[in-house]
Order: sequence, then C-alpha cells, then structure tokens
Amino acid sequence: MDIKDIVKEENLVYKKTPLMTNNVLSYCPGCGHGTAHRIVMEVLEELGAQAETIGVAPVGCSVLAYEFMNIDMIQAAHGRAPAVATGIKRCYPDKYVFTYQGDGDLAAIGTAETIHACNRGENFTIIFINNGIYGMTGGQMAPTTLKGMKTSTSPYGRDLGSMGNPLKITELVAQLPGTYFVTRQAVHTPAAVRKTKKAVRKAFDLQKENKGLCFIEIVSNCNSGWKMSPVKANQWMVENMFPFYPMGDVKVDGQLVIKG
Amino acid sequence: MGELKLMKGNEAIAEAAIREGVDAYFGYPITPQSEVIEYLMMEKPEERTGMVVLQAESELAAINMVYGAAAAGKKVFTSSSSPGISLYQEGISYIAGAELPCVIANVVRGGPGLGTIQPSQADYFQTVKGGGHGDYRLLTLAPASVQEMADFIELGFELAYKYKNPVMILSDGMIGQMMEKVELKEQKPRWTDQEINEMNGSWAAIGKPETRERNIITSLDLDSAKMEQHNHHLQAKYRKMESDEVRFETFNTDDAEYLIVAYGSSARIAQKSLALARAKGIKAGLFRPITLYPFPMKALAELAPLLKGILSVEMSAGQMIEDIKLAVECNVRVEHFGRYGGIIHSPEEVLEALEQKIIGG
Amino acid sequence: MAKVQGAIVVDIERCKGCEVCVPACPTQVIELAKEVNGKGYHFAYMANPEACIGCANCAIVCPDGVISVYKVKQSA
Repeated sequence: MDIKDIVKEENLVYKKTPLMTNNVLSYCPGCGHGTAHRIVMEVLEELGAQAETIGVAPVGCSVLAYEFMNIDMIQAAHGRAPAVATGIKRCYPDKYVFTYQGDGDLAAIGTAETIHACNRGENFTIIFINNGIYGMTGGQMAPTTLKGMKTSTSPYGRDLGSMGNPLKITELVAQLPGTYFVTRQAVHTPAAVRKTKKAVRKAFDLQKENKGLCFIEIVSNCNSGWKMSPVKANQWMVENMFPFYPMGDVKVDGQLVIKG
Repeated sequence: MGELKLMKGNEAIAEAAIREGVDAYFGYPITPQSEVIEYLMMEKPEERTGMVVLQAESELAAINMVYGAAAAGKKVFTSSSSPGISLYQEGISYIAGAELPCVIANVVRGGPGLGTIQPSQADYFQTVKGGGHGDYRLLTLAPASVQEMADFIELGFELAYKYKNPVMILSDGMIGQMMEKVELKEQKPRWTDQEINEMNGSWAAIGKPETRERNIITSLDLDSAKMEQHNHHLQAKYRKMESDEVRFETFNTDDAEYLIVAYGSSARIAQKSLALARAKGIKAGLFRPITLYPFPMKALAELAPLLKGILSVEMSAGQMIEDIKLAVECNVRVEHFGRYGGIIHSPEEVLEALEQKIIGG
Repeated sequence: MAKVQGAIVVDIERCKGCEVCVPACPTQVIELAKEVNGKGYHFAYMANPEACIGCANCAIVCPDGVISVYKVKQSA
C-alpha cells in the first residue's frame, strides 16, 4: 500500500496534542522534559480541562514551560512553585493546579515549600523531574546526584562524606499525612510513557476529588549534563538511576506501598 | 458615619482588609505585627466573607502564595515586619517584574539583623530604593495613625490595581501596637469569579478559555531587547505614579522659616514639637510625606526658597534625608535627627535638634 | 487475514535527531537520515516503511512531539 494512501486524516492515530504550542522546545535533543510536558498536556486534553487549569513553572531547564504548554501559567521563583500553587489553589479550590519542577528547584532550594505543601495536603499535583543534575546552569551537582557521579561541581565524583547524600525526596514526602498518591515513573520507553500518563491522569482525577497532594516523580535523563548521547543516557539512567530511585508507586490511596 | 472602634493598628489593618473584600491573606508571625494574622484567624473571615487566611511555613512561602493568588487575579494582602520583609524581597521583585497588584504592610522594627522588636523607620531605603533586585518601585504609603492603617488598605488596593504594582504600607511598631479610635468602612462584597474574569481576565492566569490566547505571568525574558522594552514600560509607569500619585500634608508652612519633614510616627511626634516651637516664637512648619514613593519632590522644592533650614526627622540614622536633599537640590540646609535601634524620639528632643542643628547651626 | 499497515510523518525541521524513537520501534522502521535538516540534525525517517504497524511507540517517546502516526487495516 502506498504511503500516500495511509497518510490521510481519517487514518490518523496519534499526533501532538493542541495543548502543546507550536513553539520549538528549548530542550536538548532527547531530553525527557518534552515527553513529560506532552503527557501532562495530553491528560488535560482528555479531561477537557484547559479552561480550568493553572500551571506553575519553576526555575531551571523548564523555566520556559509556559512557552510550550498551551494553558494559563505562572512562572515561579526558584523553589517556590508549591507556595505559588498554594496561593492559587486556596483561592480557586475547583480548578486544576499543578507545579512542574526539577530536582534542584524542588529538592534543594524549595525543600521547605515542597514539604509544607505536601504536609498541608494541598489539593494540587506536583510533577517532579529528577535527572540528578542542574541542567540549565550547566551540569552542576544536584541534591539528587548519585554517589560518585561526576558533575561540574563534583568533578571527581560526588563524595558523600563532604557533599552529603543524594536525597530521596519522593520517599520523604510519602511519609507525610498530606500526600495521597506518590509515585515514581519514567518516560524513556513507550511502556514507561504509558504508565506515567496513567499516573498523571490518576493524580488529576484525585485532585478533583480533593484527596490531598499527589506527587509524581519522573526519573529522566540529562544527556548534555551527563555528557552522553540521548540513547546512551537512557541506558545509563536504567543502569544507575533506577537502582537508587526505583520505579513504581510509593504511596497509593494514602497508604505507603510495602515493597518486599 | 462608619462603625467606631478602639483598636490596635495591627487589628485595624486586618479588619479593614476583611471589610475591603480581600480574597486572601498569607503571612507568617513576627513581632510587632503578629496581631494581624491573629486577628484574622480569630475573626473567621472564611465565614464572614469567604476570605482565605493561611499561616505559611515562612515569609518566603507567604510572599509566593501572594504572588500566586495575585497572578490568578485575586485581591491579596500580606503583612510582616522588617526581618520578614527582607525575606519577602525576592517575591516582591518578581511581583513588581510581573506587574501584579497586591498590598503588603511592613510594621517596621529596629535593625539591622534580628535587631529589636521596638519601632523603627530604618526600612526606608529598603522600601523606596528597591530592596529586591532590579529596577522596580513600590508605591509606598506611610500611615501616621490607626485610622490610616485602616484607610490605606482601600487606597492601597485602588492604587495596586490602577498601576498593576505592589503597594507597601510602611508602618512601624508604634502605629501597629498602639490603640486608637478608628472609623471602619462598610463591608464591601468580595469580587465574584465572574467579576474577576471581567476585570482581570485579559492578563490573569485563571484558566485559558478557547476565546483567548493563554495568559502567562512571568518576569523572565531571555531576549534582552524585549527585557529592555519591558523595563521602559515599567519606568514609564513609575513616571506616571510620580506625576499623579504624590500625597503629603503640611502644617503651619505658610509663614515657616524652618521646616520639619517627617512621616508616620515621627510626624505625630513632630506635631507636638511644632507646637512647642511655635510657643517659643520659632516659625516652624511640618511637612509630612504620605507617599514615600513617589516622594513629594516638587512640593518640597517649591517650599525650599522660603526656608532657612530643614530638619528631617526619622527613627533611623538618616535615610529619608537623601530624598529631601535631592528634592531641594542643596538650595537650603538639610540636617537629620532621629533616635534609632528601637528608641522613639521625644517632641522635646526634636525641638532641641531643630534649635541646635538648624537654627543655631 | 487483516493486515495492519502504518506510516509515520516526521516534522523534519523540528526533529532534533535524538534517536530515541529508533529503539522504541518494534519493527525497526526508523533510522536517522544521512541528510540534515535546517538546524543540522540528522532527522528520523521511515527507512523500512512497509514494516510500520502504526503502533505510535515512536511518537509517544518523541520528546519533541514531531511524529504523527497513521494506520489502516487492510483485508488481504
């Protein structure tokens, strides 16, 4: 069959959601941010929630998320997105509110805002992208940088004795009574993308039910910061990041998931 | 006539916020302004008007909650005191950069550092010269009474929305803590979501309908040419404030040879000093700036040729004096007097300073 | 027996040649072109179009959302 006969409007099975703008993404080739953005926007499209959603962009690589997400958005100061989202959601309890934050933003400079928003059980969704590094500023050590991992501020590898331990903030916030659904996902394979999308959908559904804060970590790559090709970076992520940051639900229906 | 009550300044500003129909208050306790949030919590404004009141985990969080609610088109108020206001500066810079309306009250205490919990006016520079990073200005109102603590809520929101700019009510621990008679305004209804949409829907992040492009609230532009344009726009707005929003009052300036310039608590004290001076036959007048930014430059410049000297009185080591000197362009002698670090000067000390530094100096 | 035939359309100028779609394809349809686009990226294309089953795996892992997917069911 000729390609021309297949490529017709009536045969279309997948295309970019109109909730993503046509602006060219500012991310490096292969960066998981683009996929994560699209998943959130696809879920909002499914929910028909464009007119009812306010997003909060962080500081970091995704500082310009509002250029790509075709929804009303507010750009927050570094680490403060959960406070900004609290301000919005308290005033508009019926709207969908989410933050989109990286590991430096959420787990270092914004740790207090993250923990207290989670602990208050604010009814918004946090999408947390963990790539173990500060991408935007040029590959410096993040709170999530693995032991021995080389970055521009840990050029000989992260030394736990002097630089501290990588922070599993997702497990930490799962301990708080205000969080209802906490999960760790990825976006490097089609199966992972489908699972992540399900988790995001669940989080937004739970937000509508006022169940408390839902927290979705997406372990992602930073091929520029890690100095690898995108495909190699994804492999490295599976081999090195996943053992320390294991995939799967951490808290479901307000109950910690016991892994054995 | 509105309802008369005997209230602390901090209570009056809180009650005025409820009656103004404010949508949300976010704050963090700090002496000497904790009564603001205490009063709000006691009053259950969520029952009276539906107003949201939340105690944040820090001033950093509080000001960013303000940023979020203001960005979503809501009428939002916060208050703190000097060390807390220092933590607000990041958020204030973002709010000014993103051009969001809100009202912030600073019940100033002595510094620097943790300083003291007693009154001070040493946050003048921080308030009118920046405080946070970048070229921005805060419309600044300086109340001199409990009545003005209440009244400046309404005026503050009027100005904040007129200019899409944060407004600072620069009070101090004396005005915040003292009790006075205050006439309270009638309760205004809070804006409905539909009214907010009509008034602020062109810019606020409240959810994108199909009928318009998305609204983005940001202070960022990586294109420096565009950022310069944005700064031009901000500067034009500030020039407009400078031409249209100057507020001040004068006492006995018609025949004055000597002028005391003072705002807030110092202006109240200086009124007594003025009476003492006049009783001694000294032709003194008092000039009280109500807006500290925009500072009443022109009015002072017009008075200057008639004067033999100006005494700037402020509970600081001398901050406002710089603006007075700029205003009068050194055409008349200007000296500073003020106790600081939490000490309030007496009317007699002010008169003595006038006699020694200006008249006899 | 019904045979599924798919096809993808790559927005060549927006493709960054990251190659993430290549291992995502279960039928080895996609390769990076020898040519480059306006930005100098070797873009993804269907090197083996007849093998495409229109599963959209490539499109859903594409970070830049540059792949549209089409599918028809043919009765052979």
